[in-house]
Amino acid sequence: MFGLVLICLAVFSAATYGLARRKVLQAAHGSGTRPHSRPKYHGAHAALWAAIPALLVLVGLAVAAPRIITAVTWADLPAAAPSVEPFRSQFQYDAEAIAAGSIPSAVAYSADQRAALAAHADRISALSGMLRLGGLVAVGLAALMGGLYAWSRARPDYRARNAVERWVGGLLFATSAIAVLTTLGIVLSLVWESLRFFQTVSPLEFLTGTHWSPQIAIRADQVGSSGGFGAVPLFVGTFLIMGIAMLTAAPIGLMAAIYLAEYASAFQRAWIKPLLEVLAGIPTVVYGFFAALTVGPAFRAGFNRLGEYLLGGPLNDLGLYLMGVQNQMALVAGVVMGIMLIPFVSSLSDDIINAVPQSLRDGSYAMGATQSETIKRVVLPAALPGVAGAMLLAASRAIGETMIVTMAAGLQARITANPLDSVTTVTVQIVTLLTGDQEFDSPKTLSAFGLGLTLFVVTLILNIVALRIVQHYREQYD
Amino acid sequence: MDAPVIDTRPIVAAGPKAPAHGIKVRTRDVSVFYGDKQALSDVSLDMADRAVTALIGPSGCGKSTFLRCLNRMNDTIQGARVEGVIELDGEDVNARAVDPVALRARVGMVFQRPNPFPKSIFENVAYGPRIHGLTTSKSELQDVVEQALRRAGLWDEVADRLDQSGSSLSGGQQQRLVIARAIAVDPEVILMDEPCSALDPIATARIEELIDELRQQYCIVIVTHSMAQAARVSQQTAFFHMGQIVEIGRTDELFTNPKEQRTLDYITGRFG
Amino acid sequence: MTDRPDIRAAVERRLKRRHAAERRFRLYGVLAITVAVAFLALLLGRIIEQGHSAFVTHSITLDVPVDAARVDPAYPQGANYDQMAAEALLVRLGVDANTADNGRAVRDLLSPDMGFQILAQVRADPSLIGRTVTIEAPVGDSADLYFKGEISRDTPEEQRVLTDQQIGWLDQLERQGLVEAHFNTGLFTRSDSTQPEMAGLLGAVVGSALMLMVTALLSIPVGVLAAVYLEEFAPKNRLTEIIEVNINNLAAVPSIVYGLLGLAVFIGWMGLPRSSPLVGGIVLSLMAMPTVIIATRAALKAVPQSIRDAALALGASRTQTVFAHVLPLAMPGVMTGSIISMAHALGETAPLLMIGMVSFVPGVPEGILSASSALPTQIFIWENAAEAAFHERTAAAILVLLVFMVVMNAVAIVLRRRLERRW
Repeated sequence: MFGLVLICLAVFSAATYGLARRKVLQAAHGSGTRPHSRPKYHGAHAALWAAIPALLVLVGLAVAAPRIITAVTWADLPAAAPSVEPFRSQFQYDAEAIAAGSIPSAVAYSADQRAALAAHADRISALSGMLRLGGLVAVGLAALMGGLYAWSRARPDYRARNAVERWVGGLLFATSAIAVLTTLGIVLSLVWESLRFFQTVSPLEFLTGTHWSPQIAIRADQVGSSGGFGAVPLFVGTFLIMGIAMLTAAPIGLMAAIYLAEYASAFQRAWIKPLLEVLAGIPTVVYGFFAALTVGPAFRAGFNRLGEYLLGGPLNDLGLYLMGVQNQMALVAGVVMGIMLIPFVSSLSDDIINAVPQSLRDGSYAMGATQSETIKRVVLPAALPGVAGAMLLAASRAIGETMIVTMAAGLQARITANPLDSVTTVTVQIVTLLTGDQEFDSPKTLSAFGLGLTLFVVTLILNIVALRIVQHYREQYD
Repeated sequence: MDAPVIDTRPIVAAGPKAPAHGIKVRTRDVSVFYGDKQALSDVSLDMADRAVTALIGPSGCGKSTFLRCLNRMNDTIQGARVEGVIELDGEDVNARAVDPVALRARVGMVFQRPNPFPKSIFENVAYGPRIHGLTTSKSELQDVVEQALRRAGLWDEVADRLDQSGSSLSGGQQQRLVIARAIAVDPEVILMDEPCSALDPIATARIEELIDELRQQYCIVIVTHSMAQAARVSQQTAFFHMGQIVEIGRTDELFTNPKEQRTLDYITGRFG
Repeated sequence: MTDRPDIRAAVERRLKRRHAAERRFRLYGVLAITVAVAFLALLLGRIIEQGHSAFVTHSITLDVPVDAARVDPAYPQGANYDQMAAEALLVRLGVDANTADNGRAVRDLLSPDMGFQILAQVRADPSLIGRTVTIEAPVGDSADLYFKGEISRDTPEEQRVLTDQQIGWLDQLERQGLVEAHFNTGLFTRSDSTQPEMAGLLGAVVGSALMLMVTALLSIPVGVLAAVYLEEFAPKNRLTEIIEVNINNLAAVPSIVYGLLGLAVFIGWMGLPRSSPLVGGIVLSLMAMPTVIIATRAALKAVPQSIRDAALALGASRTQTVFAHVLPLAMPGVMTGSIISMAHALGETAPLLMIGMVSFVPGVPEGILSASSALPTQIFIWENAAEAAFHERTAAAILVLLVFMVVMNAVAIVLRRRLERRW
């Protein structure tokens, strides 16, 4: 249906293109004047007027129609419909499903309810049929009026090119506004769902509570009052893993960047840079697999063996502890995430180090400094703000990274600084809360949006600060 | 090989007490290649101690390339190759035993654009003494820094703000700071690559005065675009063209009575 | 001030130590690069090591009598063909004691695919009832692992999934020549299944392809036009500045947040179908758009101003100049950047988890509105599976994903080499 209307619109729009073009050509030919714009612009102008307003009407109706139908029919549900939620809503869903020709849920209705359901579905399909017809008429009218308007304008002296270019300019602006709309969408959806969450759990409790067990809250009698929504353990876990990742990525990435920028020959760079890019291009789910099935077991085996060795010695207790270490630990997720971040840190730092003017290096060499002295005493201090910005960006990535922690960190929400413990993070909890079958409105599901909002705000602040620093740094040496 | 390529008459220095001095840097048949491109061919030039030698010539004539050979700065450029003999006090600077790091402590350099490090004024001047480990105590380091700044004629202007960033100074002050940085390790030779090209006339005059003072102690080699400057500050001048030396002579003679037609053309402004 | 000989001596004294420090520092750099490259080699090596075996599978060919007494021609799907196949196998093995235990033990060695194939044949040709059909089907997942040497006889019996008796049977089958090793075409022609030996990637590959198509159709035109606006038309004002800051920040928003956006807006508010390539594609296109914009702007910046001046001087309008001259010249860069960002989108996983693309989808998705999985989420699903046989398939799926990404990146590099021009 939707597709058919689209095709009709396209054909109509193409026809107006041809008509307007011919009209201008004939008029120009008849009067012997040269039209202001080339005929194809008149055609395009007419086609745009025929298509765009109609298209807007079409999309608007397509979005609004289901809502109108639900709102209207929900208001007069038949008396036989179940009176308690969620069955009342389910009844409405099922009626809509039947009206749309798909299969309703497996809810067992009584005989009179079944009859009422059928009647309700009929009403819905009647209403949607009317809306569809009305919509069709509206779209047709819009296309016709737009086309007629442009057709009346198709005269040789009309500045069709300028008009078309205004349309193009508007379209271009609209595309770049999508970026803003995306941000707006993110903010609004996160804030909206979080507000609903914060109606049952206070923000203070969420941000300062130390007990996280959303699974309990699924029981109806404990909703919101179980005290299971204190997110501090998640923040601790997130920062622990981020810390380990940065301890891995920062020195290795920075040294790699220094080597590439200052020491490597052109030949070495031609080989090493693509290899690092490959490392950067590997999807995070692959890193997660690597962490869960290679690094995790290897670390565990290593620590267990070390524990065995320590048994009976002065460090007997430590040995016992190490013997019990499991695959899922903060260290594994952190180290693998660090590896993932190495190319990110090194390519950013490489750019920044390269931006340090050669004259500073020359000045230092001319004083008799060795290359490493020049790097440590002149290049790095000069690059420091930029490198700091790069590290912040990397940290923000580590905080938002999902797959590695989901596959390798674990689910135990606890406050610990021990890298051998299994911890959980904000992103892991979002995944756990939202995968599988859940009702959309339970506080448990909504808490994921609270976590998402926190994550978004924290990473946004880090990004803004980091981008500012990097920008400022670039300007300094431009 | 040892044919006299320099006017061997002692250079008459400006100051009354300045004695005539021997040759500090001696070069023979120096050629430089960047990859396949030859930038300098068979340059032989002797530079006297406690005197200023000016290298003049049009852009791209190889004078800066030659200057960078003297402290082996060309080593830092990939694909650069230097042939010929360069001697400092009779010692081949390209010899295997000579460490460029130690060589550059003896041969300081000042660049076209002032390039103070992004550190404080104090730390800029202390840079050389620190990396070479010349001082043993903080007070000694402070003395060295003060001496260097005084000799560069900058002390009075910056004494009360040594902890400010070097880049907060004006262009001329920055260039004097860089000179102070170079003389803080008390080198024997100072190379200057168009040190005034980025400065205004007043700052230029200060630097030229400074060069004249420093001549009392150092062998100074200066590359300059400005023939007037060469005439003002130098005792000996070499004219470079197309990677070769066209003429070498005492500055007063070269500018008043050049032997070569090309030199005459250049100093009268017919090209360059 | 110190005397010169002193200075020279002081410098010389420290030279050795300074050069040692220089060598040490350089070594750190070499080490850092080595560590990074070694990790890359280890990662790829491990995945190839774990995954290569999944490209080979073992199948068994068996003559199964379709017992007329147990098959109702009117309702053929009601019969237990697995049992018939198991009995035929027991006969083949020469085990006459047809006990329940033996039946179960031998059925574990076969795949349910055997039963499905018999059913399919019987349905297509009911005259087969009462006759004997010859079926070639994959062996069970544990048997496959045993033939590949992943399950060792030397492991104590209680620690392995196969009993001594079952292993004896497998050896016997191999001797009888009933078992054959061959390339695992099923990995590419089947879709997800709860049985590892019947699980394939077709559904996931098709799902990813549909999703990527949606992503490309949305993000590339919109991204390119937005970049054209920002680079060529936008006035330098506050609004433009806000848009630019916005785009830079969007590129750094965690991917999971895009998933939340998709869940709340496209599924929750707009009511688009969950788990569908359409929603996945829209979400990925929002993520890919900043990268496309940034790449396009870089390509537009590289077109020299003189081209624009020349066109404008001939009386072309700004729009004509940009679309007829500047954009075509920037096209190689735009295409390269777009392909690379599509390759990146192909590997993105976290947002797809949010919009329900982790559910079990046994078939090939029919369109962009039907439930589907994608390659990266298939990897995630299989990685979570309990059966050991899924592990090699996870690694194999990763290899397939990486091959797709390598191909896309290679195309981008070739394009860049072919079309790039320097000004």
